[in-house]
Amino acid sequence: MGRRRVLRVSRHKFPKLVLDPEVVKELCLRAVSRLPADVRRALEAAREREEDPVAKRTLRLILENARLAAERGRPLCQDTGVAVVFVELGQEVRLVGDLEAAVNEGVRRAYVGGYLRRSVVADPLLRENTGDNTPAVLHVELRPGDEVKITVVPKGIGSENMSRLAMLKPADGRTGVINFVLETVARAGPNACPPLVVGVGVGGTMERAAYLAKKALLRRLDEPNPRPHLRELEEELFERVNELGIGPEGLGGRTTALAVLVEAFPTHIGGLPVAVNLGCHAARHATAVWRPGRGWEVQA
Amino acid sequence: MKVLRAPLTDEDIRAVAEGEEVLISGVMYTARDAAHRRLAEAAARGEDWPVDLKGQILYYTGPCPAAPGEVIGPAGPTTSGRMDPYTPLLLSRGLKAMVGKGRRSKEVLAAMEKYGALYLVTYGGLGVLLADRIKRAEVVAYPDLGPEAIFRLEVEHFPAIRPTASYLQR
Repeated sequence: MGRRRVLRVSRHKFPKLVLDPEVVKELCLRAVSRLPADVRRALEAAREREEDPVAKRTLRLILENARLAAERGRPLCQDTGVAVVFVELGQEVRLVGDLEAAVNEGVRRAYVGGYLRRSVVADPLLRENTGDNTPAVLHVELRPGDEVKITVVPKGIGSENMSRLAMLKPADGRTGVINFVLETVARAGPNACPPLVVGVGVGGTMERAAYLAKKALLRRLDEPNPRPHLRELEEELFERVNELGIGPEGLGGRTTALAVLVEAFPTHIGGLPVAVNLGCHAARHATAVWRPGRGWEVQA
Repeated sequence: MKVLRAPLTDEDIRAVAEGEEVLISGVMYTARDAAHRRLAEAAARGEDWPVDLKGQILYYTGPCPAAPGEVIGPAGPTTSGRMDPYTPLLLSRGLKAMVGKGRRSKEVLAAMEKYGALYLVTYGGLGVLLADRIKRAEVVAYPDLGPEAIFRLEVEHFPAIRPTASYLQR
């Protein structure tokens, strides 16, 4: 009986996928040279809104740089980052081969063959450059269904270095979260290359809060969190961050952030973790989706 | 707009006001984390430096490799504050100006005052636009460091701003 059941399971047709490193390579090359359309629109809106002449001109230069980078297919910023790669893997999909090796091969091809800067050292203390920007920081999440989604985030260190995490007390509450976000952005000042995309992760455990903050950076800037209290928190944070007056490139102005994006997760009765992951104005990411029978499609 | 050209004099440096925009033409050297560390180690061993920084301008950048047809890859500024532990040493040996982005430590600001040096900022994340102002580039020291090697650049009308006190303040 047991044996027959095993046989029946093995006859179920799971779609097979061999990850082609070229997919990851293309996403890396696209991400470093093209600003997502929502980020570009947010920069354009900020340029119209700014009254300060220095801020207005700085935003104009940021947009001009983005236009040239896309035109030439060259990186917006020389810091082409650590390649942070998110894979959402449909549980029905049967992966064939070594996923992590394929991701790293794609990163290698993009960074070496695409004349991108290789910024990864093999050991944080010994600090020898790996020469090909590998390894990527790979996150895999299981999802129901038979689709696979890959997002590449070339994460620059200027903004990453100014990111912070705090284990607040439940009594600190919403006000504590707001103060920590404002303090983090103020401390970052010009260093993180504003206008920023501010990713905030609240709740979970220490590492979950940090992960949520990073994932928040992948959201569309013009789509607020669907939960009303989080949407309100995003709106209040956005307003107050922009009242800090840091402005584009820290040269002053109303545009310190393009968006504040909050993600939350259930947490412990005794805890209130909060992580703030700062993203610079080169808010780069690129995504492709795989479906059985249709192959890979790069999302615009 | 004022054009700065190395070697810089004390007079050149005094003439730039807070918040003033300038253009840099002529020679700039690059150095970032690893090159600074090597310079400091060489100094500790009593060895000569591979470049003479007297009167020079240092640009904190680690460019992308040049693609075919490019002088240099995208080359915007990196965060200056990471170089702070090494900067007083460089200033004591005659470095006159630094170009980067972000804030500096109290120690660096004091050393700038003491030795008569200028800190300028340029636009973070504008790699392509700024690389277009670089007309020549060659590695002159530490080629094994790749993007962190010391380059000698020749630039034309490279934009920079002397930051205000509020920019530098925490």
